Amino acid sequence: MKVAKDLVAASATPMVLGILADGESYGYAILRRINELSGGELDWTEGLLYPLLHRLERLGYAQSSWQSVAGERRRKYYRITDKGLAELAEQRRQWDTVTDALKEIWLGLGERRPLTAIPLGCRA
Amino acid sequence: MTARTGQEELAAQFEQWRRYVLRRRELQPSDADELEDHLRGSVDELIAAGLSPDEAFLVAVKRMGSLDELSREFAREHSERLWKQLVLTGEAGSPAADTRSRRDMWAMVICAAGAAVSIKAPELFGLRLADDGAFYARNFALFALPWLAVFLAWRRHARRPLIATLVALFGLGAVAANAYPLAEESKSLVLTSIHLPIALWLVVGLAYVADDWRSSRRRMDFIRFTGEWLIYFVLIALGGGVLSLFLYHTFNAIGIIPQEFISQWLLPCGAVAGAVVAGWLVEAKQSVVENIAPVLTRLFTPLFTAALLAFLVAVGWTSHGINVDREALILFDLLLIVVLGLLLYSISARDPLAPTGLFDKLQLALVVSALAIDVLVLLAITARITDEYGTTPNRAAALGENLILLANLAYSAWLLLRFIRRRTPFTALERWQTGYLPVYAGWAWIVVLLFPPLFSYV
Repeated sequence: MKVAKDLVAASATPMVLGILADGESYGYAILRRINELSGGELDWTEGLLYPLLHRLERLGYAQSSWQSVAGERRRKYYRITDKGLAELAEQRRQWDTVTDALKEIWLGLGERRPLTAIPLGCRA
Repeated sequence: MTARTGQEELAAQFEQWRRYVLRRRELQPSDADELEDHLRGSVDELIAAGLSPDEAFLVAVKRMGSLDELSREFAREHSERLWKQLVLTGEAGSPAADTRSRRDMWAMVICAAGAAVSIKAPELFGLRLADDGAFYARNFALFALPWLAVFLAWRRHARRPLIATLVALFGLGAVAANAYPLAEESKSLVLTSIHLPIALWLVVGLAYVADDWRSSRRRMDFIRFTGEWLIYFVLIALGGGVLSLFLYHTFNAIGIIPQEFISQWLLPCGAVAGAVVAGWLVEAKQSVVENIAPVLTRLFTPLFTAALLAFLVAVGWTSHGINVDREALILFDLLLIVVLGLLLYSISARDPLAPTGLFDKLQLALVVSALAIDVLVLLAITARITDEYGTTPNRAAALGENLILLANLAYSAWLLLRFIRRRTPFTALERWQTGYLPVYAGWAWIVVLLFPPLFSYV
């Protein structure tokens, strides 16, 4: 199963902000973490992650700093800001609303009958 | 394969990959750093899982996906990077280019300041801009263009013979402008004020092409430089106009009228310094920003062609002769100059090897219709000059220019026709135009040096 592209894109911001809320991190580690959390189902590309990180920085939700690791290698670390935390809380409220509503719907459907296709022509 | 050579090979592969990434305009060095760190993380993990460095690198690059897609995503966040930005100093990429552009800027500042000082220097000798308009009208090009030539010669590390030639020619210009006893209202004064800048501009061209003054390609570069310089200068002048307007009205609001400061200091100093700044801008941005003159050419060639053809049709339809009054010759000179400019700047941007197209035919139509109009005007006017008005310096100069432009355009039309019929290569037209530059210079010098004595300083 692959998660649809739109859904991946919509959930990307709260996920990254959530991971950064745990402590500062860098691109590769964030990607690994998302892979872990979704059991490999969320297929993020670098083209999604890095422009998103740059956008969060531009909007003031995250701050970045270059740190050197292992000799000459430099790594760009991202840290969440207060504004980012506020945005995370807001996104979380919105996502809770959506998931709660969805859960209600799934539950209601499960009580009545299993999902099967009803041929349209049978009504007559 | 030992572990060490494996590591070295990996380093080389990273270097190659980095160069590949940096070729994308959307990806900047800091992005390349970030992505490289990502790639290294991925490679390290794959090596830890038992792959060889080679394999790990290949798999990691493959996982990152196509660079096209990656740069597309980056472009969506950083759309400003798709606009070429002119970086004046710093961030030019390499430190060597960086120090070079900084030194260029300082040289420009010094030359611009020199120009601004030089135009105010005559005041020390009692020549005020408000009272001695004639002096400044003859000499204004001498306050700006030598400084531009200094900047260009400095940039090209001009050799001694060239520097000596430049000094001699600017000196000759100064003598021509000031040695003759021309009255303030004399016709020759106006002619000198118009033709000396043209003559001196071609001296600037000598500084521009430096040692390769015989090369057609370098001369074409100077033509490109001229077009871009003009556009930049006009833009700077517009900005200066807005600045003076604000200065005037804001100070006016508090009861101070800065009219004298604006007309005596800001405008003259700004104009001569602007000439140098425009030259520097063209040099600094020539590889960064698209040339604008050819774009304007593309836009206006069809419009001018339509206008000229309509005019010819109207002349034929109404059988009205062209009313040649005093200004007619100058008007049609200007028309030929515009047509020549349209031709020159589309030549300057054309790939010489591209096949003929509709635009070339359009150009031929433009040149031929301009020629037809000009011939009508000349026929009408030569009769008059000989019997009605007699020869004055103005009329002789205008007629001479008209003939020079006519000769140029007539042969250009011939070459264009042969090119469209695939008889001659396009470069023939280019060589003809660049070879013609000394003719303009020669004529401008003749008007400046020989006309006043010929017409006994009227």
